[in-house]
Amino acid sequence: MGIMDGIYPKKLRFGEIGLSVVMAVLAAGAIIVAAKAWTPEYAFHAYLFSAAAVAAIFAIANRYTARDAATPQMIDGKPNYNFGPVKFATLAAMFWGLAGFTVGLYIALQLAWPMFNLDLPWFSFGRLRPLHTSAVIFAFGGNVLLATSFYVVQRTCRARLAGDLAPWFVVLGYNFFILIAGTGYLLGITQGKEYAEPEWYADLWLTVVWVTYLLVFLGTLWKREEPHIYVANWFYLAFIVTIAVLHLGNNASVPVSIYSSKSYIVWSGVQDAMIQWWYGHNAVGFFLTAGFLAIMYYFIPKRADRPIYSYRLSIIHFWALIFMYIWAGPHHLHYTALPDWAQTLGMTFSIMLWMPSWGGMINGLMTLSGAWDKLRTDPVLRMMVVSVAFYGMSTFEGPMMSIKSVNSLSHYTDWGIGHVHSGALGWVAYVSFGAIYCLVPWLWNRREVYSLKLVNWHFWVSTIGIVFYITAMWVAGIMQGLMWRAYTALGFLEYSFVETSEAMHPMYIIRALGGGLFLLGAIIMAYNLYKTIRSPEPAALGSRAALVPGE
Amino acid sequence: MTHPAQPSRSPKPSSTLWQKHQVFEKNSIILVIGILVAISIGGLVEVLPLFYLKSTIEKVDGIRPLSPLELSGRNIYLREGCYNCHSQMIRPLRDEVERYGHYSLAAESMYDHPFQWGSKRTGPDLARVGAKYSDDWHRDHLRNPRSVVPASIMPGYPWLEQTPLDIAHIGDNMAVLAVEGVPYTPEMVAAAISDAKTQGSADDAATPAFAGRYPKAINRDLGGNVGRLTEADALIAYLQLLGTQVDFKLYDDKANIR
Repeated sequence: MGIMDGIYPKKLRFGEIGLSVVMAVLAAGAIIVAAKAWTPEYAFHAYLFSAAAVAAIFAIANRYTARDAATPQMIDGKPNYNFGPVKFATLAAMFWGLAGFTVGLYIALQLAWPMFNLDLPWFSFGRLRPLHTSAVIFAFGGNVLLATSFYVVQRTCRARLAGDLAPWFVVLGYNFFILIAGTGYLLGITQGKEYAEPEWYADLWLTVVWVTYLLVFLGTLWKREEPHIYVANWFYLAFIVTIAVLHLGNNASVPVSIYSSKSYIVWSGVQDAMIQWWYGHNAVGFFLTAGFLAIMYYFIPKRADRPIYSYRLSIIHFWALIFMYIWAGPHHLHYTALPDWAQTLGMTFSIMLWMPSWGGMINGLMTLSGAWDKLRTDPVLRMMVVSVAFYGMSTFEGPMMSIKSVNSLSHYTDWGIGHVHSGALGWVAYVSFGAIYCLVPWLWNRREVYSLKLVNWHFWVSTIGIVFYITAMWVAGIMQGLMWRAYTALGFLEYSFVETSEAMHPMYIIRALGGGLFLLGAIIMAYNLYKTIRSPEPAALGSRAALVPGE
Repeated sequence: MTHPAQPSRSPKPSSTLWQKHQVFEKNSIILVIGILVAISIGGLVEVLPLFYLKSTIEKVDGIRPLSPLELSGRNIYLREGCYNCHSQMIRPLRDEVERYGHYSLAAESMYDHPFQWGSKRTGPDLARVGAKYSDDWHRDHLRNPRSVVPASIMPGYPWLEQTPLDIAHIGDNMAVLAVEGVPYTPEMVAAAISDAKTQGSADDAATPAFAGRYPKAINRDLGGNVGRLTEADALIAYLQLLGTQVDFKLYDDKANIR
């Protein structure tokens, strides 16, 4: 019970009433849809919506009985940070990470040994592959972005998250979207657009969640005491705003009926291809790059206890990066039926993009100036610094692959898969792991993670895994690309397609081994975090609360 | 609190440009507007012209919308995620043209909502797979790919030939596509279910009407299961259509140089 109770009697807030009413309407509407649904798969999703809406009403009621009459913005002159949603998203990230890596390993085994498809619809590669990509990008990566952005915006603004229920709505609503998307793939509900597979109703739900996310983020910025918006928040803002634009543009579709999960994208053919890769490449650019650069800009200076290398470099590379990334999409469509002028524009900007990308890498790496010795002693910092090095490597490889003559070899092969994973495992996952290793002790008031030794094990096991993975894919991709275009002395194609496919087999096994090691590293991490949270030792808080590099 | 990136010293006179940038750093709405402007330009320049430049899609004879059975098959192709491993886009490179056939035209996918050009060839390109293999081959291959291609790593899809095809709402699907610009007529939408049944069976009395609506469409018992349509039948109807619509003996690629 709070001390304010005597002054203000506890009352239901407008948001609590409003959201409960909305959820009640949603629950009832979803039941009607479920009853009239054209397919049992869609009915199942409607029931899920209904159950989630009812659960939300119970959660709101529960929270009301547990909370104080008023939620103070400040306690003893310090901001009353709202870390509940941050904790949830952090744990969700770890959970989805393990799930996504496991599915990845499984589909890698399917490519090596097709019997793993089991001749069952929901175990076949075509349905599991979107499950893997969505689980690692949107579920793991998305929860890392939610957790860190909600943490960073509060700390750098010295203000409690805007909104009362809204931050919880964002975090829980987003994870519900993941649930709908993932179960949908297994049941065969998909738009058939890569990285944008969820159907129209999941897309609509995500739109509501995402707009709320933007408002919570902006609302917290408006409460800041600092005149300046910290650089990490520019990147978070660019990520949130651009993903909203991309999502709306690429998912414009007309449902066949409210009782059907099926919809048809309004774009077709060549225009749809361009819009898809405008979306697809900028999901890389803004979800997997801008958002995670924001993480780099907060967590590396914090952990290294050094200021960011160059403020001006961060300004230049921020604007250059977001301006140029948008143009790069057509490099996924080289030599296709997309007009040449668009391909040339895409290639040109992709090559130029190398520079702002390396601007970010330099800013991240040089932040270690004067603190390089910490790489020897701090495996968490090492993980984040290696992630920036991987970022540099894959942002060199990307522009190179976007050159048309290189692309004519690399496109359609496993080289692309290798490139994606050097970015996804090396950059995105590593900077996320580093941030989570920082966040968990901060959020649960521990001095440090349970065991830095285990972090070290995680680092080396997964680094070896990444090396196996990307080298196997380089060899596989370049070899297959060369075999496809190989001619005999008589001028005939030398290999049939299936011969090139057979040649991949050893590489596919090595890739699965690499993925297995990466998963093993993540399991070590999950154990370490579990022990950190469950360990009884409370942290010496004083140092943490005042720890601000550069002050 | 001060942040590592914020200069605590007062800016020198030479740094006016950096000073001007502070308008973005101090006002979140101006920052959002700046971001929106920066990210809009590239997308607008690359996407919008594709909708009005006439050279974007070649002028070609023979492209018709998918028949109801082929559309059902395409939806199964999407549902099973075939695009994860198969492209439908032949590039104008010597080895691809020799392996798969004439390079793909933009016109060949102009009614595709969504496009299925793909991005990875774990299996071969399918843009012109139509009429290359028999229906029986496709049926065996879908049931167990290794029965016809021993080294294949493709999953088996044995459930497709066991699952009756659901065409109850295929007309509704076509009506939505018509709204989006696919030239389905109200007559085609109305006849959708009977056309699907007609196409999947031999010797149906309605054949001439069907052939009038969907010229050159295959029309035969696709599954060796007379009187019954399965998901495999629909998928095979779609696969057998792929890449067969344009007659490249008549196509003048010089006229469409872009």
